[in-house]
Parts: sequence; structure tokens; C-alpha cells
Amino acid sequence: MFDSSSLIVGLEIGTSKVCAVVGEMNAENVLNIIGVGQAPARGVRKSEIVDPQAAEECVRNAIVEAEQMADAEIRSVYLGVTGSHIRGFSNRGVHPVVSADREISEEDVQDVIKNAKAVNLPAENNILHAVRQHFTVDGQAGITNPVGMLGARLEVDVHVVHGNVNRMQNAVRAVKGLQLEVDDVVFNGLAAALALLTNEQKELGALVIDLGGGTTNYAVYANGIIKHTGVLAVGGDHVTNDLAIGLKLPLGRAEQLKLEHGAAVVEECVKGQTVPLPSETGLPAKSVNLEHLRRIMSLRLEEIFQLIGQDLEAAGMLNYLRSGIFLCGGGSRIPQVDRLAERIFQLPVAPGKTNSISGLKSALDQPEFATGIGLVKFGSLRQRRRAGGGLFRSALGSIFKLGA
Amino acid sequence: MTTSPETAVRPCRRQIVIKIIGVGGAGATVVQQLQARGLANAAFAVMNTEPVELSGEYFPVDARHLRSADATAESAMAEQLPRLQAWCVDADVVFIVAGLGGKAGTTLSPLVARYAKESGALTLAFVAQPFDCEGSRRQQQARAGLNHLKAVADGVVCLPNQKILKLIDENTSLLETFKISGALLADGVRGGWQLLSYRGLIEIHFDEFRDLLRDGHTESLYATAEAAGPNRSREIVDKLLAHPLLDGGRALADAGGALVSIVGGAGLTMAEINRVMEQINRQCENAQVLMSAAIDETFGDRLAVTVIATLGEPGNRLEANGAPSGETDLQAALLNPSDRMRPASRFVPPPPALSPEKMEELAARRGGRSRKGGVRMRQEQLPLEVISKGRFDKSEPTIYKGEDLDQPTYIRRGMVLN
Repeated sequence: MFDSSSLIVGLEIGTSKVCAVVGEMNAENVLNIIGVGQAPARGVRKSEIVDPQAAEECVRNAIVEAEQMADAEIRSVYLGVTGSHIRGFSNRGVHPVVSADREISEEDVQDVIKNAKAVNLPAENNILHAVRQHFTVDGQAGITNPVGMLGARLEVDVHVVHGNVNRMQNAVRAVKGLQLEVDDVVFNGLAAALALLTNEQKELGALVIDLGGGTTNYAVYANGIIKHTGVLAVGGDHVTNDLAIGLKLPLGRAEQLKLEHGAAVVEECVKGQTVPLPSETGLPAKSVNLEHLRRIMSLRLEEIFQLIGQDLEAAGMLNYLRSGIFLCGGGSRIPQVDRLAERIFQLPVAPGKTNSISGLKSALDQPEFATGIGLVKFGSLRQRRRAGGGLFRSALGSIFKLGA
Repeated sequence: MTTSPETAVRPCRRQIVIKIIGVGGAGATVVQQLQARGLANAAFAVMNTEPVELSGEYFPVDARHLRSADATAESAMAEQLPRLQAWCVDADVVFIVAGLGGKAGTTLSPLVARYAKESGALTLAFVAQPFDCEGSRRQQQARAGLNHLKAVADGVVCLPNQKILKLIDENTSLLETFKISGALLADGVRGGWQLLSYRGLIEIHFDEFRDLLRDGHTESLYATAEAAGPNRSREIVDKLLAHPLLDGGRALADAGGALVSIVGGAGLTMAEINRVMEQINRQCENAQVLMSAAIDETFGDRLAVTVIATLGEPGNRLEANGAPSGETDLQAALLNPSDRMRPASRFVPPPPALSPEKMEELAARRGGRSRKGGVRMRQEQLPLEVISKGRFDKSEPTIYKGEDLDQPTYIRRGMVLN
């Protein structure tokens, strides 16, 4: 049995599955994934809990499985949240340096960040993350750590991710109901980016798109810092739903067809082809036009990418993505989805690989686990920080240089 | 204004004649208020069962006629008809002010509207609808009255009293509440008057105003806001958009036409007008927006904006009229202000000019448009087609730029499966 204090657990309550990833810090302080547990989710729609009891049971199943695999007892988790209520934007804070010698102190840094966090949010919203970007001292931009520098005017850009408190609390309550502690609440899009991107890719600029069941989360890193985050409450469930409506099938059948015959682009060779459906009792055997199936899927996925593209273009981010786009989540398993994304973004697209972490090969290879692994990585960064003389933390808001 | 040098230079912009008539008790009170506020160059009149203090025409109506069961409204005002027609005859615009739900206002105002319109004036009714608590009978009467009015008047501007409840607090007395209601109604009339009679930086031409309303038989909502101080242009738009009478700005989104009147002191700047209009334009995407801006020295630091939002299609007079001959007629009349006597039926479109198919089409368009569906209908979607959302039927919809993303993309993009 491991000492559970060195365990870091990431828990993602997704629309299609609940997944728990267990990691531990080994002697060299390197993160190692030692267990995963997953359970099909019930009571979750568009990544938000609609039936707390059903969801709680799924969480329990996933946790138990992870505990067995890691041979450890899970006491606390880093919980991933997402949903259409989550928004991200960048804000700038300004603080005059008042000390006599004009040297910037740690307090000045904290003050300027406090100023940057003082944003106008709807009353029911709370800051989930306020990620520190670069500092500017007297107009000189791009400073990572201004402590000890001289200057009169200190500015900082922060990326603020905020969401509706009650809707985030629903997930927290489901976990607390199982007598588990929540170490922190983390935005899923951020976690996925943490898992997939290497420092070099963050420096060059990259977009991570997590094509989940109920929502699509995305995050942009550029110059080593997080630049943009977003949630689109459209995901794999919508693809299945479109197929069910378009091909007049029950949802279960549509899901099965999507997995077996789905693809993101319509090729010439599928025209006129049909897929036989095994007959159900009492119903005549049926077949489905493959071209229609592909066309319906392709249009939906295309729309998802286009909406993300529009959002990034409005934020002026498209020119920063020099190392390209990385896909994860169950949607990234759709054949040729990378080709479709390449066509729409005109950028290199690759399935994301969680290379920067060691551990179970079976877990690391699965795109569905990227968010869970990212949550563990978030936890490890947090713990390393705390071990190195942790600075400050607030209840929900956390200030971290996640690019490090 | 008739003495202003500009009128001499441009004789075609002659002073338009505005007449305001209050019908029934509520109408009379409001007209009294309006007179107290002093609307220059507007003539006042009152039609009521009992006389009121007013310097203007008074058309007495016999209360017994209204009370007796078999009496029609026409018999009640038969004696007054010639006087009313004479009063209306030289008016360009007649504002009718009434409270609906009661007896006099509800039954008489449609008649007044009809005569006013027959005499050739643009007829606008400003009516207050009763509170919900006044009972279903009054509500019904009010609704019937409103429908009559809509059928005969060029435009009806409504003040649903129920919405006033959001403007007042718990402790407001009953008397107070009706006073506020009256004041709001007066604000509306004043706003309309302002639109037409202020000589401003930017003016609404009477023709445009008329074309927006003419034969639209529309129902309108309005709101007025005032602000002062350095941020007034921003504050005022916020106030307008939060105004309960505009359903918190939603009415603007559904509006087919909007009239905006901006009045400020000598310090009114173009930038301010621009800021106000930019925001309002953004709110009413589908509307045809007419604006006027004017300077009133008495305003000082204040800025007042009145928005009248007409729900549904703006009137398309040319289409309904068949020929634009009426237009030139009117221009001739305007060019020659001395020629006040105009043929009485000039403003009433000749019905035979419409083919039966056209009529049906117009009627369908008018009737089939619901208030709420206004915006959605204008999306490029097939109307009235119910699109299933499958498993997302009951979940919170994902709306992005007016599109419901829960509906299958292939349906929204119009792909045909065959």
C-alpha cells in the first residue's frame, strides 16, 4: 500500500463516462500514472450533472476501479468541471510600485494580480482560475518574474476562467457525498492542454481541442502561457443524436453505427454504399445509406470546428498556433477527424499524446484519459509548488503559472 | 417655428398640425396633464361624459347613452359627429389618448379614430390597458377595444398598466399608481409629439413617419428615459434597455420598426447621438429605425430618449395603395400650405386595388405573426416546422448567435437526405 499523501487523483465526470486517474510522485519527484478507473456515466448531460444520485454511483464505481488498479486508497481528488456556463477571458491589472527604492517585491506582485482579478462577473459566477500570464514593468513586456526588478508601474495579464458557482458545486457535492475530499476544481480544457502539450509546444503556440461526449473544450497556449479557453456545449452526443434523427434510428443503434462506420469526411467511394442493420425482433431488416451517415457526422463536426475557429479568430489567436492543433477526447477517435480539422483550420492537426508523463501505457495511449491525466498533472504541479514553500491560495480561485 | 427662417427657405416643410384628443375619464386626465406641460402648437380636445378644465374643444357625451344596454357607441356620439369632423379636418396627425377597459374610452376611441382617419389625418392611439387585477371583464373589453382600434387607427401605442407594477414599489398608493400611469401615457404622447414637431439636428420627415405606421395597424410599445451627467449617453441606453415597458429590451428585438427621439440641451454632441443610436440599432436588428435628434435649451444637462417600437411589419403603403399617386398629391398639398381643405378620403387606400390573392397574403402575414416568434421567424428556417432535438429536447438549449446548436446541423444547413 502506498502512502496516500503522495497520491494524486484526477476525477473527470464526463457525459459519456466517469474517469478517475491515479498518479504518484516517485522518489525523483517525477509523476507516474499507476491506475485508472472508469464507469459509463449516467445522469450527466452536456457535462453537467442532471441526476445527482445516478452520477454519484458512477463516480463510486470509477473510484473503486481505480483504487483496485492502483492498490491504494483514494481520499481526495482534483475534480474537473466544464459546461456551457464556463467562460474564459484575459484581463489586465495595474499596480504602482510605491516603495522608496522602486524595487518590486512579492507583495507588489500579489497586489497587481489582485487588481487583475477584480473583474466584473455576474453575481452568481465565481473565478475558477486566474492564470498569471506575463508581467509588464514600465512598458517593458514579457517579464516572467518581476520580483527584484526596479520599476514604477507593474502590470500583469491574467487569464480568468469563471463559471456559475451552483453548477460547479453540483459536481463537487457528488464527490463529497462519497466522503472524498476535493483538493481543487479545475477546468477540463486546461487539464487536457496540460496533459498533451510539451513545454516546447506551449512556447510555439498550440490549440488543444477536447472533443468530449457532451461538450467540446478548447485551450490555446502561446509563448508558454495560456492565452484563451472556451467551452462549446456540443459534443459526441450531438453527433449520435443527429444520426438518430437523420437515419430514424434509436439512440443506441445510432451510437453503435457511429462507432463502427462513422468518419469525419465523406469520401467519393462511399457514395451509394449501404450498411446492413441486424434485424430487431418484429421489425424487418433495414439498411442505412453510408453516405448519409457520413454526411450528417461530417456536417456536425465541421460546425464544431468552425465555431471554435470563429471564436479564435475573434480573439486573434489563429496566427499564434505555430505547432498546430492537438485533438483528444472520445471524438478524436473518429476516423479522419484530423483531416477535417486540417481542412478547416489550415493548420497541422495531430492526435494528442500524453508523452510528458510516464506510467501505464494502456492509460496514456487513450485520448479519453487526457483530461484525467491532465488533472493529475495539475495536482502534481500544485503539490510541487506547495512543497517548495507554497505562497497563497484562495477557496476556488487559484493562481498558478501553469506554463511552468 | 413657422416664423423660423428655414421654413421660409424650404416651404415644403411646413408646420404639421397635431391634435390631441382625450377620450373618457383617463384620456381627459392625461390631456390635462399634457396641456400643463405645454406642448407648443398642439391643439387639445376632450370627449367625456363630464366636462373638464381645459382650454380646448370639449365634446360632451351623454352618459345615459353609454349606460343603456341597447345603445351603440355611435348613437352616443351622434350629436357630436359634425363638430368632431370639423375639428379633425385640418389635422395632419391626431393622437387619441384613452384608458381601455372602461366604458367611454373603450367604445368611443375606435370611433374617434375612424372619423379622424376618414378626415385624412394620420391617427395614432395611445392607450393604457387595465391592470390584471381589474378583472377579466375589463380585460376582455380592453382587448376588444384594442382590436377595434388596431383595425381603424394607423398605429396603437400601448401602455400595459400591469408592467407599471415593476416600476413602483410596495408602498405606492393606488392614487399614486394611477398618476404614474397617466404620466407615462403623457410621456408617450409627448414623445410622439416631440418626434414630429421639434426642429432638430436630424429630423424625421413626416412622410417617413407616416410610411412606417400607415396602414400597418400596428401595436407599439414605448419607453422614455432621461439621464444627466458626463456618462448620460451610456446610462440612458442602459435605462431604456432595462425599462419594463420594453420587456427589458426584448420588445426591441421583436420590433419591425422603431422611432427614436433624442432631445438634449445645447451641449448635445454628435458622438452622444451616435453612441445611443449604435446601441439601439444593435438591439433592434430587424427593425426599420427612424430617429430624430433635437435641441431644447430648457433641457440643460439632461438628455431624454423616447423609443416607440412597433411590433410586426411596418406599414407598406405603396404596396397596399397600388399607385404612389397619393404621395405626389400630399407633396402638392404640403408645398401649398394655404390649401388646407383636402379631399376627405385621400388617406384611405382604395380597397379594390388589391387582388384577392394579394389580400389573402397580406392578411396571412399580418395575422400569422406572433409577438414572440418574430425574431425566430426571421432566421433562415422554414417557418412552423417543428424540428426535433431528440435527447436534448428537455435540456437547456445551446444557443449560439441565434442558432440552436442542439438541432441537427444537417437540418439547419438544409441538407436533403434522399
